[in-house]
Amino acid sequence: MTIFPERLKALHSRTPERVAVYLQFPSWDDLPLTYDQLLRGASAYARTLEREGIQPGEVVVLILQHGEDLVYSFWGAILHGAIPSIMPFLTEKLSPERYRADLSALISVTKPAAIVTYPEFEEEIRAALQEGDSVRSVMVTNRVESQADVDFASLKGFQRRPDDIVLLQHSSGTTGLQKGVALSHQAVFNQLNSYGQSLSLTEKDVIASWLPLYHDMGLIAGFLMPILSGIPLVIMSPFDWVRAPYRLLQSISKYHGTLTWLPNFAYNFCAQKIRDRHIEGVDLSSLRAVINCSEPVRWESHLAFYERFKNHGLKFEALQTSYAMAENVFGVTQSRLGSVPVVEEIDREAFMVERVAKSPFDGRPAMKMMSSGQPLEDVKVKAVDENGKEVLERVIGELALQSDCMLTGYFNRPDLTEKVFRDGWYLTGDYGYVSNGEVFVSGRKKDMIIVGGKNIYPQDLESLTYEVPGVHAGRSVAFGMFDEMQGTEDVVIIAEVDSEDAVEQQKIADAIRLHVTKNSAIALRYVRVVGPKWILKTSSGKTARSANKDKFLREFEEGKGI
Amino acid sequence: MTDTIIPSIEKYIAAQILKQPNRKISADEPLISSGLIDSFSLMDLALFVEDTFSVRIEDTELNANTFDNLTQLASLIESRRS
Repeated sequence: MTIFPERLKALHSRTPERVAVYLQFPSWDDLPLTYDQLLRGASAYARTLEREGIQPGEVVVLILQHGEDLVYSFWGAILHGAIPSIMPFLTEKLSPERYRADLSALISVTKPAAIVTYPEFEEEIRAALQEGDSVRSVMVTNRVESQADVDFASLKGFQRRPDDIVLLQHSSGTTGLQKGVALSHQAVFNQLNSYGQSLSLTEKDVIASWLPLYHDMGLIAGFLMPILSGIPLVIMSPFDWVRAPYRLLQSISKYHGTLTWLPNFAYNFCAQKIRDRHIEGVDLSSLRAVINCSEPVRWESHLAFYERFKNHGLKFEALQTSYAMAENVFGVTQSRLGSVPVVEEIDREAFMVERVAKSPFDGRPAMKMMSSGQPLEDVKVKAVDENGKEVLERVIGELALQSDCMLTGYFNRPDLTEKVFRDGWYLTGDYGYVSNGEVFVSGRKKDMIIVGGKNIYPQDLESLTYEVPGVHAGRSVAFGMFDEMQGTEDVVIIAEVDSEDAVEQQKIADAIRLHVTKNSAIALRYVRVVGPKWILKTSSGKTARSANKDKFLREFEEGKGI
Repeated sequence: MTDTIIPSIEKYIAAQILKQPNRKISADEPLISSGLIDSFSLMDLALFVEDTFSVRIEDTELNANTFDNLTQLASLIESRRS
């Protein structure tokens, strides 16, 4: 049993000069931070929190971009015993008004005592604050205490207990920001132990990441695990990566990276968009594992990635899979390193109709399923029916799990926490089946859309659509549609309007596209405006997303509506 | 030259990015700052431009400051070609 500050202190006393993190930037040199620098920077933040009267156990929201301050403030909150929570920074795509509304939503549920941000963003933050809310301090990065030798005895974080909450993770959007996954020190360490074991992690590993830290994959695999395990982390901003995905491969080559995590779309993205001129001489032979995680895993994406980079030393068996979620800290399953993940063909009709994964019958259409691997040690996974009863092997059910690294709860939302557990099992909302110890994830029970590894709640997009003049409340549906080429889902919005006029409908479609994108930072692929009575409703008057999706897909295949 | 560059890019954006082949995009309509083209599609657009017009666009240039509408993109392409 231990706590984050003790682990950091141990790493610091053993190897103060070892590099913990290499921060990468597009236009200047990599910035290595040793454990000593990390702790000096972090303790300056801890002293600042103390100065501002923030108590251990209180939440501190970090609104910062990739860089030193984000790293220091996160660990500073930990050293002070406060609970850090990273919120995405405002991007040029998102309207400031919406950002303010999202921040208010976060504040109202999470009740942070402090917010850390840049001086130039302070005004924006203050605009979201209200008289009498929980925020007592807006700490700006240029008013942080100066760095000095670390005085461990004065840091309050050392008084935390293993079962205290250490951090909060949120998913994005208005809905996601109101649902903070609270994790304890012990839960995170249990995860790091079992996940580390499944990866045969050693101090010789080097982790390379471009993933955002407000997402579980980035925060755990691409930040906490390396730093708390004494493994060097090479990290760049997601915004830099998306413009120059080849940089990740250059970093792997330069630092002999052994592990990296990518959502499925990134396999396609890298395979399709990286130019030869950018990866001349790049050597990927050091990679032990490229782990596909946080959206449905596709065999085709692995093949495309391998074909593209095999001449750069990439080993086929380095391509791995994992099934993970913030509620379990991160990893639930992991494919076995050193061998290719299990792939099988199943009969499409039996899957759709009988909900069973059977070998394909002669001549009938089959579909390829790639396993997400086997449950980590101390994690149990089963597929259950609607009554919570375990189903037979190879029968599709909702995946449920039990582990020693579950969330403490959704922060300040016991109502939500209660809903996701049944007889001591956490219900994931994902469908799948178990076969021979391997877990295959096949779909989702909830209507969540996953684009590029990011979870999107359709109701957030629908509410935004209703704000567009001409669209009536309750007359819009949002859903995801798998895009073979991109290896991820495209977002579709359908909106019903009174007008049957094509020009008028086009105008409204444009308005929806702009309004929703500006207010969610999510790009819409298909926006379809339809005349009255197109949208199907359930008997209770609710829009049925799946029925409308089926109707859209049918018409789409017939070539209508595009 | 601009007269042929613009329609060709317009067609690509409408059909491949917005998936609305019949959609018209005016030459001064904001593309990036408006959110019409997201960062993933921006990369597609850059590759299309590089391949079609034999010019180079660096990744640091993929933002609204370099170009935000068809006119600006067309003149960027022309300046690279000359």
